[in-house]
Amino acid sequence: MDLKLDHHTKDGSEVVDVEGEIDVYTAPRLRELLIELVNKGHFRLVVNMEKVEFLDSTGLGVLVGGLKRVRAHDGSLDLVCTQERILKIFRITGLTKVFGIHDTVDEAMEARKSEK
Amino acid sequence: MATVELSFTPLPAHVRTARLVATAVARRSRVEESLLDEVRLAVGEACSRAVEAHRMHCPTEPVRIALSDRDGRFEVVVSDTVPSGADARTPSGQGERDRAGIGQGGGYAAAGVPGTSDPGGPQPGKDLPGGAQPGGPESAGAQPGGPESAGAEPGGAEVRGAASTAGNAGMVPGVVPGETDPGGSGTDTGSAGGAAADSAVDGGLPADIGLAVIEGLAEDVHISATSRGVTIRMSWPAKPPA
Repeated sequence: MDLKLDHHTKDGSEVVDVEGEIDVYTAPRLRELLIELVNKGHFRLVVNMEKVEFLDSTGLGVLVGGLKRVRAHDGSLDLVCTQERILKIFRITGLTKVFGIHDTVDEAMEARKSEK
Repeated sequence: MATVELSFTPLPAHVRTARLVATAVARRSRVEESLLDEVRLAVGEACSRAVEAHRMHCPTEPVRIALSDRDGRFEVVVSDTVPSGADARTPSGQGERDRAGIGQGGGYAAAGVPGTSDPGGPQPGKDLPGGAQPGGPESAGAQPGGPESAGAEPGGAEVRGAASTAGNAGMVPGVVPGETDPGGSGTDTGSAGGAAADSAVDGGLPADIGLAVIEGLAEDVHISATSRGVTIRMSWPAKPPA
């Protein structure tokens, strides 16, 4: 599967469900979606990567770009991921220090609520 | 002689094909199952880098991969034909690479990554061999023609292992991940004004992040940048034939 994207609103946040492979070919689609959501006023994003099968630095760049966009509006972008093979690239690049990475969408929501 | 050789038009859509072929050959070469994800990711990073470099400088030239299995190691060599020292920015010096102040090497702070303030390159996690720092101007490593170069070629440089490449984006044509043109079409889309506005906000990651990832994944990495292009050679242990 290349990449399948979906999103829905939950408790004031926009949850983006990503399925498939995020690479140099498919990453632009994710980027466009994140841009679209921010342009529509969704500044609290949760990207659910539990069904992501592949992520490379191109995908990381898109996520960082999304983070920068929401931060410009005092928003947030959190990730949901428990897959070790996906978490590995975050660790290698040190981006575990940049993103909030949670085990579930609910956990990501709670983390944001507790920060208020 | 390579076990499998693959060349493909430098389109993002073909990077996945290269990953699939490399993974299949690695599995056939009896690379440990636990290492196949690393092979897939490293090959993908190298091919993505080469594709982006070709699209900027020589879009009609194919990217080449050679996969071989010998001496107990599975080796992948990804080669491009973009001369070393070719500006990672567009030929006009503007545009795609001039995203949010991403400079030559530098680090997350220079790229404007939120929550970072490090002056150096991407700070690796524990997975990098020897805890080496892949980026940043202070990283120890070869400069083209510098005294630290190991086996430097005339007009180029042989760079070995980690901690020597990512901070020298001027030596190795870099890729700014996450900021490629919309995939599949192979053409630029969107108005220049809109794209520039998006680029100014997004900024992606440092240009050398792909190389940093490769160095964190393969235990043996050699990057050679010459006037003929850049070659990334990486290998993993393979079991002998049963």
